[in-house]
Amino acid sequence: MNSDLWAMLYVFVLASFIGLGVIRRVSRLLYTPLMSLTNAISAIAVVGSIIVTGGDYPLRIRVLGAIALFASMTNIVSGFLITDRMLKMFKTGDRRGGAERS
Amino acid sequence: MIVGLTQLAYIVATTLFIFALHWMNTPTTARKGVFAGVAATAIAVIVTWAQPGVVHHGWIVIAIIAGFIVGVPLSQVPLTAVPQRTALSHAFGGLAAGLVGTAEYYLWLSEGPEHLTAFRMIAIIAEIILGYLTFTGSLMAAGKLQEVKWVPQRPVTYPLQNVSNLLLFGGALAIAVALALHPTAAWAPTLFPVIIGLALAFGVLLIIPIGGADMPTVIAILNSYAGLSAVAMGFVLDNKLLITAGALDGSSGLILAIIMCKAMNRSFTNVLFGAFGQVRHTTASGEEKVYKSETVEGAAQVLEQANFVVIIPGYGMAVAQAQHKVRELYDQLKKRGITVKFAIHPVAGRMPGHMNVLLAEADIPYTDLVEMDEINPDMPQVDVALVVGANDVVNPAARTDKNSPIYGMPIIDADKARSVFAIKRSKNPGFAGIDNALYFSDRTWMLFGDAKNVIGELVKQLAGSTH
Repeated sequence: MNSDLWAMLYVFVLASFIGLGVIRRVSRLLYTPLMSLTNAISAIAVVGSIIVTGGDYPLRIRVLGAIALFASMTNIVSGFLITDRMLKMFKTGDRRGGAERS
Repeated sequence: MIVGLTQLAYIVATTLFIFALHWMNTPTTARKGVFAGVAATAIAVIVTWAQPGVVHHGWIVIAIIAGFIVGVPLSQVPLTAVPQRTALSHAFGGLAAGLVGTAEYYLWLSEGPEHLTAFRMIAIIAEIILGYLTFTGSLMAAGKLQEVKWVPQRPVTYPLQNVSNLLLFGGALAIAVALALHPTAAWAPTLFPVIIGLALAFGVLLIIPIGGADMPTVIAILNSYAGLSAVAMGFVLDNKLLITAGALDGSSGLILAIIMCKAMNRSFTNVLFGAFGQVRHTTASGEEKVYKSETVEGAAQVLEQANFVVIIPGYGMAVAQAQHKVRELYDQLKKRGITVKFAIHPVAGRMPGHMNVLLAEADIPYTDLVEMDEINPDMPQVDVALVVGANDVVNPAARTDKNSPIYGMPIIDADKARSVFAIKRSKNPGFAGIDNALYFSDRTWMLFGDAKNVIGELVKQLAGSTH
């Protein structure tokens, strides 16, 4: 347990620095899609929700899990879809008026 | 064996998430990033679902289907509503974290109190405080952005606001310490909901004093909180994928919030506890100044003579849904061989990058969208600066007037252009309630009216004079 705690803190600190490094280089044009993308990524809380919903637990616990699962799933679906929808709109000058979403 | 496979899959998912964000560094690769993100999430969901501990499948299926039913329409909102949608999804993220934290606490309380170590208890409390606070705070933010009737638009302030907020937060912290030390005490299960209640209340109180102009920063901060609540969930469940994905989101929100704060020359604490609205009255009074108005015909003639036009969009363009008309104007000017650029202020609009997305939607090539720092050195060479629904971000008082509440904020130097046309709905001051010195400058002419109509008329004039 104890060594695991330290391992988790290590992971958290290192992941934060990777995040800072990667995000700093994201194009300023794309800050809005970046937000919806990170939104969908942090909906990885779906993992916790599945464990709580699907486990052999009392009913009231699983109800909480199911609502959480619904909320995260909504974020995953809408987050990735709207990110892609926005990114499709970014075009350079020579490809204008090209493929729009059907 | 199963454990090893699960962990391996989680590592693959983590790598894909990092690539997803990495590919966002240019619009040409950005869509690959979405596919990487989808793949990572799909792997994580499937692997988790396949765990031996997961035995009830019906509800999982129903919740996932429900998520699709709500999520698909939510992804099709008009792009002017993207700030609200983003705030709403932060609320969902916070809610999920809060609920899972609550479920885990009561589960372990009844079935395995030995799991509730002090460390785990701290993680659970961090998870529920961050989660529920993000939930109500983001709902409030979404309400303000959507201009829902019962959510006050203007900043709400009252005496001792910060003191009472601090007391509330201190109370929550005291209960948190008590719970961390005695997670299984007889009073613990009754005290736990109190923390939830305090976190929910705190989220509301944190957002009501914040005005629309500060929304880009606040959305970024809430983004960060939503990520951090996922991190806390990772600590509770001993799940490193949650920790890494949450940390990526947390640092993304943090960086965006810092950039937004810099673009307003304000500090974090000032945005959260400064209540921008209070200083409003100091500059609003004073002698009547006069605007010079211009007709659409006159403005069209000046535009035709120009070589270099810079369009400066602001939230007003989004409100008027004028981006498509702006693009027609862009086409008309381009046709005449005029150089047209868009000057984008980092906090223009209601969320980071808001203007870029709207202009991209109108099919304007992103190569013509120029950041504030890049365009400012060129402003003295600009023949016409056309301000479309922007206000504070072009107010020269930020450079010159030490008494102005926006003093020190970096602005787009529209006032340095040879001539300025400003489209404005009415003669009232802008969202922050500050008089704009640009409008009274010798070189500025006002075009009063709805941005969409005014630009539509401009386009008509220009189209009429081609032959």
